Amino acid sequence: MKYMLLINSAATGDDDAGAASFEEWVAYDKTVRESGAYVSGESLADLTTATTVRVGPSGERAVTDGPFAETREVLGGFYVIDVPDLDVALDWAARCPGARGGGSVVVRPVADFG
Amino acid sequence: MTHGSGGGTASVEAVFREEHGRLLAALVRRFGDLDLAEEVASEAIEAALVHWPAGGVPPNPGAWLMTTARRRAVDRLRRDRTYAARLAVLQVEADRAGPAAPAGLDGGLPDERLQLFFTCAHPALSAEDRVALTLRCLAGLSTPEVARAFLLPAATMAKRIVRAKKKIREARIPFRVPGADELPGRLPGVLQVIYSIFTEGYAASSGPHLQRLDLAEEAIRLARILRRLLPGERESAGLLGLMLLVHARHEARVGSGGELVLLGDQDRGRWDRAMIEEGQDLVVAALTGGPPGPYGVQAAVAALHDEADSVATTDWPQIVALYDVLLALTPSPVVALNRAVAVAMRDGPEAGLALLDALAGEPLLRGHHPYAAARAELLCRLGRHRAAAGAYREALALAGSEPERAHLRDRLHACEAAGPDGDGS
Repeated sequence: MKYMLLINSAATGDDDAGAASFEEWVAYDKTVRESGAYVSGESLADLTTATTVRVGPSGERAVTDGPFAETREVLGGFYVIDVPDLDVALDWAARCPGARGGGSVVVRPVADFG
Repeated sequence: MTHGSGGGTASVEAVFREEHGRLLAALVRRFGDLDLAEEVASEAIEAALVHWPAGGVPPNPGAWLMTTARRRAVDRLRRDRTYAARLAVLQVEADRAGPAAPAGLDGGLPDERLQLFFTCAHPALSAEDRVALTLRCLAGLSTPEVARAFLLPAATMAKRIVRAKKKIREARIPFRVPGADELPGRLPGVLQVIYSIFTEGYAASSGPHLQRLDLAEEAIRLARILRRLLPGERESAGLLGLMLLVHARHEARVGSGGELVLLGDQDRGRWDRAMIEEGQDLVVAALTGGPPGPYGVQAAVAALHDEADSVATTDWPQIVALYDVLLALTPSPVVALNRAVAVAMRDGPEAGLALLDALAGEPLLRGHHPYAAARAELLCRLGRHRAAAGAYREALALAGSEPERAHLRDRLHACEAAGPDGDGS
């Protein structure tokens, strides 16, 4: 069963206490990739580089800068893992450095239309 | 545990209710699917209600029910290939849960209910869903019965249970007993579900009655099952002990007119001695052989109340000491409130009031009527009647059940009648 781990980091940059170090991320990434559970994963560039696209009813394209951090948490990256059940997925989420320091990891089953 | 006077039918229903949880758990273990297990379990029980009165109860009723239910499940899977294919996948995963439990001593079905306890109380489900599923799957209550227990329309409860089962299925919440390393993190969740069923039964949060004994008794029944399944876990002893020691007082807690009778005014001769003795043994089990857990400590507090002849002769210093332990284990403003009341009993109302006032800023206590009521009581004892009346009015605005409100109104009137303030203000 596939699950996506959506890694949200606290939007405010000044609360770095308890946030994970680069080395911890490298170690976690290595563990996930070598575990056999890894399907895919990416880390996203800073939110200031984001662009939003909307298409209106008559097909007109609206492109805007942002979004900027209006909520407390910002999606910073994701993993897709393939594991037997939710308990195993929750274990991987709990081990993720992004779950600490005011961040959170949302675990969502990937829909299976097969 | 039959309710009302249904006679023979009621006791047959009670037998089935007891058997239902076991049967359901064994079917979930076999097929890995809660919906299928529920359907065929009720079909098997319906079949038994038809066949047993005519042909006699089989020598092993549990095995008869299981065989019947399994046949129904296989029939169903033959008819529905897609469903069968999905279950085949689930079955592979179910093997991860480890070998089936050994058959019970009575030669009956292996008891798989522990897995079901952990699934129903899974942290990925909302607190309300955990309670509803546990009552439905393990206590064997029908959906309308669960709805009645929580004063909700049956349709609302049905929706909630369907949604919770959908999450179990689609997010694949496993049917498994957590490993030894996970158990300390997961057991409190199961205990919490049972205790919240009990507290809802003990102090109904709303409605015309003070106590809903059926819920309290369901909780005790569930705790007994859990205790048998996890005999080595001291907190399962602590929880059962706590509930028995509190429930032992239930008859004395309600007056002839349905009104609330406080601990100090209760006729202690009406307390259930057998229940207290069983609870005391469980306190010993809960507090022996390792560091104490929160339910064991609360059970010890309840035991001290039950052992005393009166409020005056209650061992308040020991109760304060136990609350100190509890506060260290589970720091919470509600525990601090209980401790403050015990301190008031040990050292006088002034000392208790000072502790209560120090808790005034706690957001958790702002909507908590016992806090306002405790302050009112201490203010009253200090002769500060005007302030006490204000605090009683505050508690009245927050209290849920009618008998509790009636009690607070009585206290408020007594306060107002007491006239001008004494030297306290």
